[in-house]
Amino acid sequence: MTAESSAAPGGFEMASRAAMFRPVDALSSLATPAAPKAPGRGLHRFANPGRFLRLAAALQPWLTAGGLILTAAGLVWGLVFAPADWQQGDAVRIMYVHVPAAWLASAGYLALAVCSVLSLVWRHPLADLAAAEIGPVGAAFTGICLATGSLWGKPMWGAWWVWDARLTSVLVLFFLYLGHIALIRAFDDPTRGYRAGAILALVGVVNLPIIKFSVDWWNTLHQPATISLTGAPSMYLGMLWPLALTALGYTLVFAALVTARTRAAVMERRIRALLMAAAAREDGAVPVAA
Amino acid sequence: MTHLPYIAAAYALAVLVPAAYGLAAMRRLRQARARLAALDPRLAVREPGR
Repeated sequence: MTAESSAAPGGFEMASRAAMFRPVDALSSLATPAAPKAPGRGLHRFANPGRFLRLAAALQPWLTAGGLILTAAGLVWGLVFAPADWQQGDAVRIMYVHVPAAWLASAGYLALAVCSVLSLVWRHPLADLAAAEIGPVGAAFTGICLATGSLWGKPMWGAWWVWDARLTSVLVLFFLYLGHIALIRAFDDPTRGYRAGAILALVGVVNLPIIKFSVDWWNTLHQPATISLTGAPSMYLGMLWPLALTALGYTLVFAALVTARTRAAVMERRIRALLMAAAAREDGAVPVAA
Repeated sequence: MTHLPYIAAAYALAVLVPAAYGLAAMRRLRQARARLAALDPRLAVREPGR
């Protein structure tokens, strides 16, 4: 698929989506023509909508089933079988949903930023669609993180909310997600919306290390990290296992949601292209701009 | 169990929000597939996983 993109009157992208104007071809016929080797070219193999849909359809059941099974196992383990904390009592069980949601809130934003790089630098056509679909899912998981954190904070701190550095930076992340969702819908020309959203996503990446290190840089009410990649976890294994299961399950659920939404978005884009092509045929215009 | 209302609310949120998103995604996918099939059956036949 060609990388250049321009907007036609009426706000429809022509060149970058030129392949969509070949309505009678099968999805697999939209293969990228031979292009010079360049960084990121391997990723363009998946810019082919037919190839993406085939791969996504094959992955979808595994992601969904794995996510549901692991999440259910982790939640039941955390709710019923994991021990209560000697200080927090049973309120510690909120950790099994709060912490995975927090991890995915940040990881989802990182994925959004990666899609933005792919979009801005290599003009990867599916990166825009994926970013647009990651945004609402990431916002939902950030909302879960904030809400479950409040539900833990009330009995433990005596307040639903405190303007602590960790909480505030996660709230900023939530607003970044909302801003991204709003921005890509704010333009008549989808390409401009995707471009503006990608820039916002990249600017917002600066918030991720602030979230991660806020508990170290400032004297916060939020507890510091219990698990790190370099050191041994300072957590009882009977609590660590259900947390790991829920985190892995939630990750697969997140991936399944984004995959399903992106598949739908690819099909919707194709539907729009077919309708545009049909309208152009009726008007006697030649729709293919490649 | 201590703090039961807080725990129940947290778990309900953690289950219901992704479930609602999942159902919405399934519905959207089904609608897109049906519309695509109506517009061009050959494209819809090629879409796997059906």
